[in-house]
Amino acid sequence: MVENRPWANVFAHTILIIGVALVVFPVYIAIVASTHGPGEFLRGTLPLLPGPHAIDNYKAMWNTGLSRAGAPPAGQMLWNSFVMAMAITIGKLSISLLSAFAIVYFRFRFRMFFFWIIFITLMLPVEVRIIPTFQVVADLKMLNSFAGLSIPLIASATATFLFRQFFMTVPEEMLEAARVDGAGPLKFFKDILMPLSITNIAALFVIMFIYGWNQYLWPLLITTDPDYYTIVMGIQRMTTAADGDPQWHLVMAAVVMAALPPVLVVLFMQRLFVKGLTETEK
Amino acid sequence: MQTKRMTFPGRFLPYALLAPQVIITLIFFIWPAGKAMYQSLLREDAFGLRTTFVGLENFARLFRDGDYLNSLSVTAVFAVGTTLISMSVALLLASTVNRMIRSRSTYTTLLVWPYAIAPAIAGVLWWFIFNPSIGIVPYLLDMVGYNWNHRTSGNDAMLLVVLAAAWKQISYNFLFFLAGMQSIPQSLIEAAAIDGASPMKRFWTIVFPLLTPTTFFLMVVNVVYAMFDTFGIIHATTQGGPSQATNTLVYKVYADGFIGLNLGSSAAQSVILMVIVILLTVVQFRFIERRVNY
Repeated sequence: MVENRPWANVFAHTILIIGVALVVFPVYIAIVASTHGPGEFLRGTLPLLPGPHAIDNYKAMWNTGLSRAGAPPAGQMLWNSFVMAMAITIGKLSISLLSAFAIVYFRFRFRMFFFWIIFITLMLPVEVRIIPTFQVVADLKMLNSFAGLSIPLIASATATFLFRQFFMTVPEEMLEAARVDGAGPLKFFKDILMPLSITNIAALFVIMFIYGWNQYLWPLLITTDPDYYTIVMGIQRMTTAADGDPQWHLVMAAVVMAALPPVLVVLFMQRLFVKGLTETEK
Repeated sequence: MQTKRMTFPGRFLPYALLAPQVIITLIFFIWPAGKAMYQSLLREDAFGLRTTFVGLENFARLFRDGDYLNSLSVTAVFAVGTTLISMSVALLLASTVNRMIRSRSTYTTLLVWPYAIAPAIAGVLWWFIFNPSIGIVPYLLDMVGYNWNHRTSGNDAMLLVVLAAAWKQISYNFLFFLAGMQSIPQSLIEAAAIDGASPMKRFWTIVFPLLTPTTFFLMVVNVVYAMFDTFGIIHATTQGGPSQATNTLVYKVYADGFIGLNLGSSAAQSVILMVIVILLTVVQFRFIERRVNY
C-alpha cells in the first residue's frame, strides 16, 4: 500500500466482506437446509439458521440415500467418485510423464507426428464429441465399469506439455552425469527425473483430482447401473426423479457431501493448487 | 521442437513410452472425432434401419433451423453474461485484496474454494436459492413486487444459469487477476502516488492497462468455460428450457443426440463445435505468444 488512508481501508474491507458473503451464501444455505427436517420446507420459506436434524439427515443419506428416486446410498456414490477421480488422476499423470520423457529425452522417427496427435486432444473436450465417444465405449463393452468411467478421460495434452516444459529446464549435466555413471534411461527416469518433478506432480495431482471428481456428463452417459453412480451425477437424479418435491433436506446433505472433498483439497493444499492452476494454463 | 542436446539411444523404448498415451488418444479422441465427421454426412431414418449419404445437407439444415439459430444466440448471451459478471466481480475483489497486507491470504483462501465445486453442484445450489416455491431470493423479490419463476420465464432461467456459472468462475479469475497485479512493479504506483494520483486514477491509468494481457487471456478462457464446461449447470437445472431459453450449443448436441436420437444432426453440431474450439485454441495460443513480448 502506498499511502495511509484509513477510510479507504474500511471501505475495502467492506467490499471484501460483502464479496466473501456472496461467495459463501449459496453454500451456507445448502448447509442450513441440510440440518432441517422435511416439515420446514412445507411452510414456504426457508429457515436461515441451522436446525436440529443434521445428524439424522446425513446418516440417512450416507446409509440409504433416496432409493425411491433411484439413487444409491451417498456413501457408495462417494466411494465411486473417489475411485474414478483417483483413477483419472493417476492415469493422466503416469501416461503424461512417460510420453513427455520420450519426447524430450529421445530422438526417434515420427516424433513430431506423435506430438501433434497428443496436441489434438487439447482441442476435443468430451462435451464436443459426446455421441461418437459413447458409441466407441459401448462397442468396447466398457459401459458400467470403472474402466469406462476413467480411461477415456485420462489422455491429457496439458499434463504432457507441462512435464515437457519442466523436463526442458532440467540441466543437461544431470543426464551427462547419469550416463557417465552408466545409468540407463529407465533408471535415470526413476532416480533423477521423478524426484526432481515431485512438486509439479503434486500440483497437477490437485488440479486433476478436482477435474476427475467433478466429472458429470461422462458418468451420466455411461452408467445406467446405480452401482456405478458417482455423487455429482447422482444428485441430479435426486432433484429430478423425486418429481414435484425433491426432499430438499436430504438432497442438500448430499450436495454438501459431494462438494466437501474437492473443497477440502483446495483449502488444505492451496499453495499446490494455485501453482497447478497457474502453470497448466501457460 | 527441440530435445536435449544429448539423448538416450533407443529403438523401441521411446515408442513403448508413448504407446499408452497415443493408444488412448487414437481410440477415444481421434476415432470418435472422425466418426462424428463421417456421421455428420449421413442421415438415418426414424427407425435407424437405413442410413443414406446426404453430403452437407445436415449442416445446411442446421443453419435453416430456427432452434439452432436460437441456440447460437442463447450461447452468445450466456457466454458474454457469464464472462462479464465473473470477470468484473473478480477484478473488483482482486484489486481490493491487493491493497491488503496482513489479511491478503485470509481473503484469498475465503474466495478461491468455489473453483472446486462441480458445475452441476453449483447449478443445484443456485437453483435451490431461486426455487420459486421455497427459495429465499424469490421470497425477497416478491416483496419488491417481482414474480420470479424460472420455470416459465426464459429471462429468469437465463439469469439463473448465468449467475451459477459466473459464481463458480469468480475464484479462477480472481487468482489470475491477483497474480497479474502482483507482477506490476510497485515503483510505478508509488511514483504516481507521489505525483498526487488518487487510487482510482492509479487503477485506471496504470494497473488496468498493464493487466490487459491477463484480461484478454481470461476472456478467452471464460468464453471456453461458458461454452463447454457448463453442461452440468444447464442439465442439472433448466434442461435447456423453458421453451429453449437456455438451450446452449453443448446441451443441444446432447439433447438432439441422446434424447432426440437425431444422430446426423447431433454429429454435425459436434463438428461445428470442434471448429469453434479449434478457433478459440488458436486465438489463445497466438495471444499467449504475444503476451511474452509485453
